[in-house]
Amino acid sequence: MHPLKQQFRPALVALLALTALTGLVYPLVVTGLAQALFPHQAGGSLIVEDGQVRGSALIGQAFANDPRWFWSRPSASAPFPDNAAASGGSNLGPTNPALVAAVQARIDALRAADPGNTAPVPVDLVTASASGLDPHISPAAAAWQAARVARARGLAPQRVQALIARFTEDRSLGVLGEARVNVLQLNLALARERP
Amino acid sequence: MTGNGLAQIALYFLVLTGLAVPLSAWMERIYAGRAGWLETVLGPLERGLYRLIGPAAGQAQDWRSYALAVLVFSGAGIVLLFVLQLAQAALPLNPQAQPAVPAALALNTAVSFVTNTNWQNYAGEATLGYAVQMLGLTVQNFLSAATGLAVMLALFRGFTQRESATLGNFWVDLVRSVLYLLLPLALGFALVLVACGVVQSFAPYVQATLLQPLADADGHTLGSQTIALGPVASQLAIKHLGTNGGGFFNANAAHPFENPTPLTDFLLVLAQTVIPAASVLLFGRLLGDRRQGRALLAGMLLVLALAALAGYAAESAGNPRLAALGVDQAGTDASPGGNVEGKEVRFGLARSALFATTTTATSTGAVDAMHDSFTPLGGLVPLALMQCSETILGGVGAGMYGMLVYAIVAVFVAGLMVGRTPEYLGKKIEPFEMKMAAIVVLLMPALVLLPVAAGAIDAGVTATLSNPGVHGFSELLYAYTSMANNNGSAFGGLNGNTPFHNLAGALVMLLGRFGTIVPVLAIAGSLAARKIVPPGAGTLPTHTPLFIGFLLGTVIVVGALTFFPVLALGPLVEHLQLWAQ
Repeated sequence: MHPLKQQFRPALVALLALTALTGLVYPLVVTGLAQALFPHQAGGSLIVEDGQVRGSALIGQAFANDPRWFWSRPSASAPFPDNAAASGGSNLGPTNPALVAAVQARIDALRAADPGNTAPVPVDLVTASASGLDPHISPAAAAWQAARVARARGLAPQRVQALIARFTEDRSLGVLGEARVNVLQLNLALARERP
Repeated sequence: MTGNGLAQIALYFLVLTGLAVPLSAWMERIYAGRAGWLETVLGPLERGLYRLIGPAAGQAQDWRSYALAVLVFSGAGIVLLFVLQLAQAALPLNPQAQPAVPAALALNTAVSFVTNTNWQNYAGEATLGYAVQMLGLTVQNFLSAATGLAVMLALFRGFTQRESATLGNFWVDLVRSVLYLLLPLALGFALVLVACGVVQSFAPYVQATLLQPLADADGHTLGSQTIALGPVASQLAIKHLGTNGGGFFNANAAHPFENPTPLTDFLLVLAQTVIPAASVLLFGRLLGDRRQGRALLAGMLLVLALAALAGYAAESAGNPRLAALGVDQAGTDASPGGNVEGKEVRFGLARSALFATTTTATSTGAVDAMHDSFTPLGGLVPLALMQCSETILGGVGAGMYGMLVYAIVAVFVAGLMVGRTPEYLGKKIEPFEMKMAAIVVLLMPALVLLPVAAGAIDAGVTATLSNPGVHGFSELLYAYTSMANNNGSAFGGLNGNTPFHNLAGALVMLLGRFGTIVPVLAIAGSLAARKIVPPGAGTLPTHTPLFIGFLLGTVIVVGALTFFPVLALGPLVEHLQLWAQ
């Protein structure tokens, strides 16, 4: 037999057998164990209130324009922000004029919602996230919005600050990543406090 | 740059080294046929596989037979993955009823995953059902990595065997790599990932009721959010362990379901570098001279650390055009600061830079931040790492065989300098090996520069670039650098789903992978047939800082000399434009 033809049968058999093993048995075993051991995480860390799915603790929702909510990070997902069925970033380069224009428009909207606030805007609040689904803002971005939200909801500033602290996660193991505030969980708590 | 950021980078190198040492010992046992209790458990399965494969699994192969086995096996993999995508509409486990993938895109994707590239011209959650992700992509994540390991082992045998006509058996190397290395690691890692929040589900996408309804582009009010799910963790684990990098979701490891916490990010970065690092040490073990592996790994990690610090510094400098708008870009404990366009708050700058460095030093190509939005110099670091032929750790198997080709070039150059016949590890390097090494070294730049040159003067191709000016050129350069090196990361603004990119890209990925593998196996076959010359007084020691520096210098000088002109046209000009005002 030609040396090339000699390889056909072993190649085909090996491919099909290893496909069954790594493409069927392996993911089914992982799914079975995951659903048994960590059903909440495996199912998407969903937040359910009164039998209604309000979102996922890991997936951002769009909050903007309304001074009563903490605004989340800008999202470049299409065709609308925080589309959890079409993730993605803006891919705008650092010298792209469209980036500067978008950031300026976001600064203007933030300032219009809180005219008295003269502090410089934290950068994560005016730049689009990588996934378009970033569930977090930085503690600085939350602090920047705290007075506005307290005023708009008629809550004491200390109360709003306490809620921010409650939904602030520190760096993992004290060193990995950055401190962050979960916007959806914070806003859900706000809505419960003062609907 | 913050002290905490530097600590994260230091911690990574510490843990990586700590894991690579025992893993290299485990790999030595696997390939020596001493996989211990795992062999007791999986032995019957292994022997069953050999019985199915037939007598081919029992014969030692010469390099031609080994290479044919690699090519036919990979070719069959491309056909199967291509057909699965075309037949998607008829497959089960497709709750979102994704239709058949168009042929050109399916071809590009099939080649991409079989060549360990995982370049993606599609968005996972909007294109592929669960069956194709599992039976097609997860499978090739395992098999392309195992193929890389097999070729690496064959080349190792070229150095360790004397006067041998054969290089071992591809089917055995393939099966043992999957059963005893990749599968157990992936299974354990997948469960850890789920515990940290990565999803693993066959359920349809979930509808969530929005707290604040929003208006879409047409002015309709949207009251709910559709949340994509899938069997993500099982694919994610091997995607990183096998240096594959193809995301389940479009946003890849920036997606919160693929990378929910800084801890998972830390683990993914470790996973995508640990087998390449252990492979370097494995080489020393198999030679019976561990110093060879240790010295090479130390050199690689030094280059990697410098690259990570350079990337971190560039991103920390931020964007002067946003500073001019009065934006606060200072990095503190309460704010990541710097250039966070296209980055996730939970990762910040240090993690994003470390991820970008390790994903392009290896052939992973996964991203936890959008490289297209990096600062010019921050984006130059991943580009330059790929242009060093991904030999700084490199892909699973592929990095080590690439580096050994460069070692042959380095001893040849050193031999010319001192006027001695070049030899490496007791094997004389002769014209045949040098010809094959020259093919490997010259092929990659040709695969990058020719399509970039052709594309840059074609209006149809330049229309696929999303950023204006020199950054658009960088998108094109990045794309073909990534595909030729089988990396798979992208400056994602490029619209890759066009006939030119789908077909030219598929060709570049194929030649980049197999145009390297065949000459590497030829070198292995030729070296295996030689005697091992005992070291003498005139032998160049190859475990010293002098030689390692010379070797890494060769890699960097070849890459820099080849690519400096195009880098000057892209990121270097953009850097000057950004900071000149």
